[in-house]
Amino acid sequence: MSTPGIARPTPFTDYHRALGAKFVEFAGFELPLRYTGDLREHQCVRSAVGVFDITHMGEYHVSGPGAGEFIHRMVTNDVLGMQVGQAIYTAMCRPDGGIVDDLLVYRLPERWMMVVNGATNAKDWAWLREQVPAGVELRDISEEMALLAVQGPKAELALRGHVPDAALELGFYRLMEGAAFGAPAIISRTGYTGEDGFELYFAPRHAAQVWEGLMAAGRPHGLEPVGLAARDSLRLEMGYMLYGNDIDDTTTPLEAGIGWTVKLKKDAFNGREALLRQKEAGLARKLVGFELDGRRVARHDMTIESGGRAVGRVTSGTFSPSLERPIGMGYVESALDRPGGILEVLAGGTRLNVRIAPRPFWTRGSRRS
Amino acid sequence: MRYPDDVRYTAEHEWARLENGIITIGVTSYATEQLGDVVFVELPEIGVRLEALKTFGVIEAVKTVSDLFAPVSGEVLERNGALSDNPALVNQDPFGEGWILRLRPSDPGEYAKLMSNVDYERHVEEQHA
Repeated sequence: MSTPGIARPTPFTDYHRALGAKFVEFAGFELPLRYTGDLREHQCVRSAVGVFDITHMGEYHVSGPGAGEFIHRMVTNDVLGMQVGQAIYTAMCRPDGGIVDDLLVYRLPERWMMVVNGATNAKDWAWLREQVPAGVELRDISEEMALLAVQGPKAELALRGHVPDAALELGFYRLMEGAAFGAPAIISRTGYTGEDGFELYFAPRHAAQVWEGLMAAGRPHGLEPVGLAARDSLRLEMGYMLYGNDIDDTTTPLEAGIGWTVKLKKDAFNGREALLRQKEAGLARKLVGFELDGRRVARHDMTIESGGRAVGRVTSGTFSPSLERPIGMGYVESALDRPGGILEVLAGGTRLNVRIAPRPFWTRGSRRS
Repeated sequence: MRYPDDVRYTAEHEWARLENGIITIGVTSYATEQLGDVVFVELPEIGVRLEALKTFGVIEAVKTVSDLFAPVSGEVLERNGALSDNPALVNQDPFGEGWILRLRPSDPGEYAKLMSNVDYERHVEEQHA
């Protein structure tokens, strides 16, 4: 938790305030937690389209000869295999395999962009800067980027006519540069909700025209602003990682179940040897998804037990608005990872039965794949 | 006034309303704003004796969970059954249809010691200062 009182506004804060948002401090920013209600905002994204102010995310430009090779060494996924106009989700690991951050890497013409978590921005920057070789230019452009996520089955309708037609033809995890509501932008078909959608990166000085244009264009399609609370329940229904909850410096991508982002066959990268060893030795613990009957929620940091013995901790838990039941994730001893297996969570004075369930929990999203 | 003057308040954001010797309790609009959408209220059985300022149940919202504290001591006479089908009543009408329990108070002096709406509003402001 950062010090209260020094939270920074985003370029959209006045709009949030005018809409009656309740704010929360996150990653040093004052961000909207909710506007009208968590359930309504969640359902708005699942059934229509929602807009999220995620300006707190950090962005770095990487350019110069060897830029791609540098990122390739820093992250676990195969960056050099990317085409211009492609985005990739990846982990960035320490030599011991612990996750420094999870991030997106964008390949743009003549440069790359890394999109990192707001809460880890300073740490990531220090981590990368001390490893950047001569000739590669690494630039923190977080201050130069406003970022809105437009997510939901109606996202394309909300943007039609306000972004280039080619942007509406982008496949999932593809991006282009072009005008969005008249502002120069990076338009990326990515998101954190399981729905179809776009993320729009543009200069803060264009914030008013993009926000107002988007609100006006989206309203006929049911567009509403959505806060961080619904962002969390949406991502958890998809089993997506939240850095600091589900993954951190002490967990590896293999344990977290994002081993698909780790290309052990590629050339040297931070964490490769440790992850190879872990894979060969087998995982002592795994992140599992679980669901509960009833309506009590197993929440972050609650102890998971099996047969009266502590076997792990809940990393994320919420009431799933789409499934109308509590869901969550947590690390448990690998031997306990059996579909349908029953574990117990200590919720205050109560024991809750949780049932191991496959992720994603929500499989009916409009996300293109 | 932001908070109604026909009920009295606890520092834990419950309210209590005394009518004909029976006390109805619920959570305040401030509490529901902090919690967000309520999805479940766990209630004690009828006949259970609650002790003032001790927890008697939990209130689960999408984003968070909170213990419920008894404003006064007493025996549970009635539970708001409508909450099991429609916990959103707590958000929609916290001082009315979203009531939680009715109690027969065991110590009438406790009610008088709860905060007035003026004191409660000051308490909320101090929490935000």
